[in-house]
Amino acid sequence: MRRLFQFKGGVVLKEHKKDATALPVQPARLPPRLILPLKQHIGNPAEPVVAEGDKVLKGQLIARAGDAICAPLHASSSGTVIAITDQPVPHASGMSAPCIVIDTDGEERWRPREHHVDNFAELSAQELRGIIHDAGIVGLGGAGFPAAVKLDPGGRPVDTLILNGAECEPYITCDEMLLREHALEVLNGLLMMRHALHAKRCVIGIENNKPKAFRALCEAVRHSDADVEVVEVPTIYPAGSEKQLIQVLTGKEVPSGGLPLDIGIVCHNVGTAYAVYRAVELDQPLISRYVTIAGSVAHARNLEVLIGTPLGDLIEECGGNRDTLHRLIVGGPMMGTAMHSDVVPVVKGTNCVLVESTSHDVPLPSRDAYAMPCIRCGNCADACPANLLPQQMYWYARARDFDKIQDYNLFDCIECGCCDYVCPSQIPLVGYYRYAKSEIWNQEAEKRQADLARERHQFRDFRLEREKKERAERHKKKRSAVTQGGSDDKKAAIQAAMERVRAKKSEQDSTPKNTDNLTPAQQKAINDADQRREEKTATSPPDRPQ
Amino acid sequence: MTLQTPPSPHIHSGIHVSSLMLRVIAALIPAIICYTWFFGWGLIINSAIAMLTALASEALMLKLRKRPLKPFLGDGSAVLSALLLALCIPPLAPWWITVLGVAFALIVGKHLYGGLGYNPFNPAMVGYVMLLISFPLEMTRWMPPFILEQLEIGFIDTLGVIFFNHLPYGLSIDALSSATPLDAMKTDLGQNNTVSEITANNALFGDFAGTGWEWVGTWLLLGGMYLIYKRVISWQIPLAVIGSLFVISAFFFLMDPDTYPSPLFHIFGGATILAAFFIATDPVSASTTPKGRILYGIGIGIIIYVIRAWGSYPDAVAFAVLLMNMAAPTIDYYTQPRVYGHARGKD
Amino acid sequence: MLSALLALGVLGILFGLLLGYAAVRYKVEGDPLVEKIDAILPQTQCGQCGYPGCRPYATAIANDEADINRCPPGGETVIVSLADLLGRDPKPLDEECGEEKPKMVAYIHEEICIGCTLCIQACPVDSILGAAKQMHTIIESECTGCELCVAPCPVDCIDMVPVRQSLDTWKWPAPPPPPYEQAADGSSNPQPAGAH
Repeated sequence: MRRLFQFKGGVVLKEHKKDATALPVQPARLPPRLILPLKQHIGNPAEPVVAEGDKVLKGQLIARAGDAICAPLHASSSGTVIAITDQPVPHASGMSAPCIVIDTDGEERWRPREHHVDNFAELSAQELRGIIHDAGIVGLGGAGFPAAVKLDPGGRPVDTLILNGAECEPYITCDEMLLREHALEVLNGLLMMRHALHAKRCVIGIENNKPKAFRALCEAVRHSDADVEVVEVPTIYPAGSEKQLIQVLTGKEVPSGGLPLDIGIVCHNVGTAYAVYRAVELDQPLISRYVTIAGSVAHARNLEVLIGTPLGDLIEECGGNRDTLHRLIVGGPMMGTAMHSDVVPVVKGTNCVLVESTSHDVPLPSRDAYAMPCIRCGNCADACPANLLPQQMYWYARARDFDKIQDYNLFDCIECGCCDYVCPSQIPLVGYYRYAKSEIWNQEAEKRQADLARERHQFRDFRLEREKKERAERHKKKRSAVTQGGSDDKKAAIQAAMERVRAKKSEQDSTPKNTDNLTPAQQKAINDADQRREEKTATSPPDRPQ
Repeated sequence: MTLQTPPSPHIHSGIHVSSLMLRVIAALIPAIICYTWFFGWGLIINSAIAMLTALASEALMLKLRKRPLKPFLGDGSAVLSALLLALCIPPLAPWWITVLGVAFALIVGKHLYGGLGYNPFNPAMVGYVMLLISFPLEMTRWMPPFILEQLEIGFIDTLGVIFFNHLPYGLSIDALSSATPLDAMKTDLGQNNTVSEITANNALFGDFAGTGWEWVGTWLLLGGMYLIYKRVISWQIPLAVIGSLFVISAFFFLMDPDTYPSPLFHIFGGATILAAFFIATDPVSASTTPKGRILYGIGIGIIIYVIRAWGSYPDAVAFAVLLMNMAAPTIDYYTQPRVYGHARGKD
Repeated sequence: MLSALLALGVLGILFGLLLGYAAVRYKVEGDPLVEKIDAILPQTQCGQCGYPGCRPYATAIANDEADINRCPPGGETVIVSLADLLGRDPKPLDEECGEEKPKMVAYIHEEICIGCTLCIQACPVDSILGAAKQMHTIIESECTGCELCVAPCPVDCIDMVPVRQSLDTWKWPAPPPPPYEQAADGSSNPQPAGAH
């Protein structure tokens, strides 16, 4: 029996997990249109390899990875690429980003199988990672880091591979349902990951509020006789956060600013393990995932959803009313992101769609819109699993003192929301930390840009100086040649050359220094341009390609 | 339909400043009843005066500071400060004492510093110290606890005393005033009596810490436990205050039991329990880091003992709290907890 | 009386010596102040401060020849940082230099551009590409938004446009302060209107 540790703080939340686990998981209806963002992961966007009008097959590569930290993208169903344009994506900004839009043909025709792996153990770690990378697998827990990168320890030893099935946020049950229905496949995926990492040990952590999933996994482990430990961890939010789960299972802390790999640990989500299994064993790229639909819908449940399915389609399928939506959260109620519209698609990292509508009883007890002043009660500090002082960070974020807030280790904040949840003054604390973080990133970017500008300015000064010197040098040479040059024919040659230059110059002045002495040709160009501009400004304000 | 897009988290525990304050007020009620049982209607009347004054001062200051009344008047913090101050004022003190103290506490102690959340000092203690220094006579005229057994001083009689200085039964004011056990102890020790001599024949000292006072203290203790259980207050400050006072008083008591009263007397006599659970734990003015709270509490315990034993005031809770309020920001600064993922030993 | 004078005199001499020694012993090498000031300035190189670039302005500040409130692109942030660095009181931006605006970048309407190279010569950071009689274009990532290229253009084909927003440059907005504070301070956080 493994000795468990505790992380500091945390909160006990109402689970709300019963509703969505009553029905078995089934595939969601095929949506008429799929919207596939090119960037569904951390890193650079994938590069499209299809064009508008192309017919694609299910599982076909439609965008390739441009560099190492990137994940390719595959068509979730067969159909026609109708556009490669900016579409609203599931992001807090509500902004649009490049997407491949596919109209499905309803035939669900698969591309031909590309590889058969009979025994993954015979593959090298590199080959295995290649398959995982080509399948476009990213972390399915939400962060979306390309899985193949995370499965490459880069020569460093991996002591423990932790599979995260804790799923600590209320409402979300997709991992639980996955474990209940596909424990064996998840286990196989885990063993593949272990093979890629050469990890010594494997531990699966599950919160103790999912006994069925736990039993299914134990059964699978017994059945396959794998050397894998299945551990129940106490149900305290945020036990499913990577850092906290590592602390509970091993007692070790991930160094600030470092990776779990620094302490010999790699942590993956159970959904990722399942995707790895499907990629290796069945040659299926990541084109669907389990998604929980909960909240103000008639039938809260888990569906196997094609990546790119618009949220609105899912809400309708589960008996929700799209017209009375009040809040639409992708992810859980603690760390999820509120969407600006329901046309955004499910992406690889989408684990839950939490619906709140005005027609149902409001299921989510929200924070007051009206924050009271901080009374320094310290509840936030008691609840913080990172052992930060949230109230101090709040003061500095408000005062825009971004140096001081980093002294209080803002960047160790995991944005779990515990402080916010317990705050009696109902201050949107996490909102302040996000604000401060993005301001700091922005300042750093500005700093980099300022450094670049300084460098370029200095170089320009240097260049001008050099040019001046060179010109002076040339003049001097010329003058000395003119004055010292003895023979008349040499003088005549110079004279002739200068004549030629002068003639040419008067013919066309290619570098006007100002607009006072313009050639007729130039004047005409300017006039033409003026006219064009006038017409342009008269019809529409100056625009620019977006 | 436009969707709401607030930042996460999207749920809240539902705890509110006012619910915290109400819980603290609720925890005071048993002690208030007990107090009334021993010392008559004075506290109830004073509390009513204090609360009304508090609400009026709060409303006035909010208006002057152009803040809305709605969330602030109902947050319960002014009422709580008023109740705490009323508990510290002698039950038969004239009405204007209470009015002055509460108004000073809220206007100067709280709103001039920026209102809720911004006051560096505990407002109730600011008001109390102002009264103690300005009106020492009125502030030290405590009711003898056993007088109610001899005289029936009803609600109307108490009102008469408080508002019109009209004493019932033709009593003199001296008959209705006495020292607190702490005060009596200090005076008598000053006359070279031993502790056992002092307590032996004086009903004022009750079973272990003063008739009436010891039971009020017990109920306050229970109320405080309830607050810790409900996580309204943290355990560190009360434990540190009482623990440090216990250790230091036990040390001197064991050295010389004739000159130094027992730890029990120190803890249940006077306002120690009230301070430990209800005053020192005022979140706005206290330390907020876990280690800081312990240091802060120990500081209060030590200052209470030092002033009681060697200072010139019989009780020292208010001074101790205010002094440590001053130190709280510094304590917080130097007791930041080790953040997850940072090496032990450095921050 | 005499002894007092003597004592004070001796003390004065002693402390004077001490100070003199300290000045020599702890002398700061070079003039890092200019570097520090220059690091705070936004490097827009726009010259709105009246100096030909950020570094000359930094030198002028260090020599006490210029005030710290003459940098419109840096705005309040830069003024506050400079005040911190130099131990002075922050003051509002000098109006004669210009006003603080959200950062813009230059955009050349390529169909109008006649390829005169005047803007190229004006650009302080060489962020305009082009040659004589060729269309010019801005390297957006390197444009500092100094506006120095706008005036020389003979055909007015350069516009200043807001920086393009993307998911990567998007910032979380500050949570709005509670309504009672807005009313009392009379200010809310103005968010620059970004392009979508």
